Amino acid sequence: MFVYVLRRIVYTVPIALGVSIVCFALIHLAPGDPLSAVIPEGASPEAIAQIRAAYGFDQPLPVQYVKWLGHVLTGDFGTSIMTRRPVLSEVAPAIVNTLTLATAAILFGFVLGCLLGVAAGYLAGKPADRVVTAVSITGVSIPHYWLGMVLIVIFAVNLNLLPATGMGEGGSGSFGLGWDSLQYLVLPALTLSVIPAGIIARSVRGTIAEVRKQEFMQTLYAKGLPARRVFLHVVKNALPAVLAVMGLQLAQLLGGSILVETVFSWPGTGFLLNNAIFTRDLPMLQGTILVLAMFFVLINLLVDILQTAVDPRIKRA
Amino acid sequence: MSHIALAGSAAPPKGRRPATRSFWRNVLRRLMRDPVTMTCLAILALIVLAAIFAPLIAPHDPYRTSMARRLIAPGDARYWLGTDELGRDLLSRLIYGGRLALFTGFTPVLLATVIGGFLGIVAGYVGGAVNMAIMRVIDIFYAFPSVLLAVAISGVLGAGIGNTIFSLTLVFIPPMARVAESVATQMRAQDFVEAARATGASGWRIVSAHVVPNVTGPILSYASSLISVSIVLASGLSFLGLGITPPEPEWGLMLNTLRQAIYVAPVNAVIPGVMIFVTSMCFNLMSDGLRTAMDVKQ
Repeated sequence: MFVYVLRRIVYTVPIALGVSIVCFALIHLAPGDPLSAVIPEGASPEAIAQIRAAYGFDQPLPVQYVKWLGHVLTGDFGTSIMTRRPVLSEVAPAIVNTLTLATAAILFGFVLGCLLGVAAGYLAGKPADRVVTAVSITGVSIPHYWLGMVLIVIFAVNLNLLPATGMGEGGSGSFGLGWDSLQYLVLPALTLSVIPAGIIARSVRGTIAEVRKQEFMQTLYAKGLPARRVFLHVVKNALPAVLAVMGLQLAQLLGGSILVETVFSWPGTGFLLNNAIFTRDLPMLQGTILVLAMFFVLINLLVDILQTAVDPRIKRA
Repeated sequence: MSHIALAGSAAPPKGRRPATRSFWRNVLRRLMRDPVTMTCLAILALIVLAAIFAPLIAPHDPYRTSMARRLIAPGDARYWLGTDELGRDLLSRLIYGGRLALFTGFTPVLLATVIGGFLGIVAGYVGGAVNMAIMRVIDIFYAFPSVLLAVAISGVLGAGIGNTIFSLTLVFIPPMARVAESVATQMRAQDFVEAARATGASGWRIVSAHVVPNVTGPILSYASSLISVSIVLASGLSFLGLGITPPEPEWGLMLNTLRQAIYVAPVNAVIPGVMIFVTSMCFNLMSDGLRTAMDVKQ
């Protein structure tokens, strides 16, 4: 196990380096001069050369990359062109907000997905199974940014039950566990939960149908175990796979929340990214993507390790 | 399949053309008998035909604005689905909108299937250092959440139909290559491929006659499931202002501009999303039907 964990961590290093190269390259993929937002109009060639040198853009790309990586590793993600504040000080609170939203969404999704999946798994092949499968396909097919708008129309505009956008009067700073704060979380989290709910439902259905086909189930019934106790065995066998799916979905939500955050003006990384794109704030764009991608790699790593720890049957090469 | 019977056979049954054709004929027959798949096919055919013949069907000019006709509610005698924030006919824009939505949804999957499939087959069949080189690069792109990667690339390159297709293609190549690679790697170790090699068949012949026909099924099944994702994502990029640029009619972009009117005309604002939803749902159900029809075990 220890060797496996170690090997898995070592294997992550080149991936993380590759991700950093892609993030670095993004800025140079951009059409036009990445410094165009900084250089004032009508600046003399000397002044432009000076600015280029100040940002290190006069050096060859590999040199720039190594220098940039060195800064990133020490927590210096550069300065936002728009706010003139360090990128990290903007990204840090935003990622907390995104994680809050994603965690709430994955919990919604887990509960909803498990209920649907268990029902379908136990009724495999029956009409009810088809209904549940259709519901889960709906969850995967629905454009969630549109669902967000529909929910706003129903619950905020028509029924006036829940707030439509934002995180509350105090913003993210005073966000707490009271209903005053949580009411802002309901609609975006519900919107974001439909995709993981659909995927979890499908995976739970498949796993449960699979477990129920195995021979030990016959033995459990034969020895006279009540259905409730048998169900516990089913859950125990199905859980590792389902938890893994849930972990991977949580990771996807980190990047996937950008559309929902835009609909609900949720001040997370997606919102930040959207602003950075439209103000051509490239350091901010690069920093946000890098942090999100690293979180994604990290969560995937954790899910892999935890899954192996929970389920020793998984022996990987 | 019996490995012993195949081992000495110079003409491997799985790669033989008639065998492949009858497999697909069976799949087609099963699909035709599935009412869900057929219903979805009919709905999609309707949307595609409407998009193709848009100039003949659309009741109004989708570009003509009018300040006097802004945000007319659906159910109007002249403008059946109402008008948008600039007074343009919603129904006409939805009919025309299918063109760009379907094009930007389909093209990336098509491109990614060809490119990703090719990379995966090469990596899987050649193996060794080539596999290592291709798959490790694929792993890096796989290490980004898909929506984030699409938004990042489109965001950096700027809005536009070409950039949307480019960024989505890049998002779909890694998973496609992985599917192709895993099947191609399995094929390499199969006895009938071994047998073909023993008879002196060239690498190209083995790949085209034995590997490609066997990889096609899993790739097509996976590609079909990507179409719905691609349509939702492409429209999502337009919704963010990173895809199709105004004033073109496109479902995601229509949602984006109508979002400002959500408090004034909520029904008008959500109508374009219905089209994205229905199209994506139909493609998903059809993909599900295809997967079931291809599952020989059933």
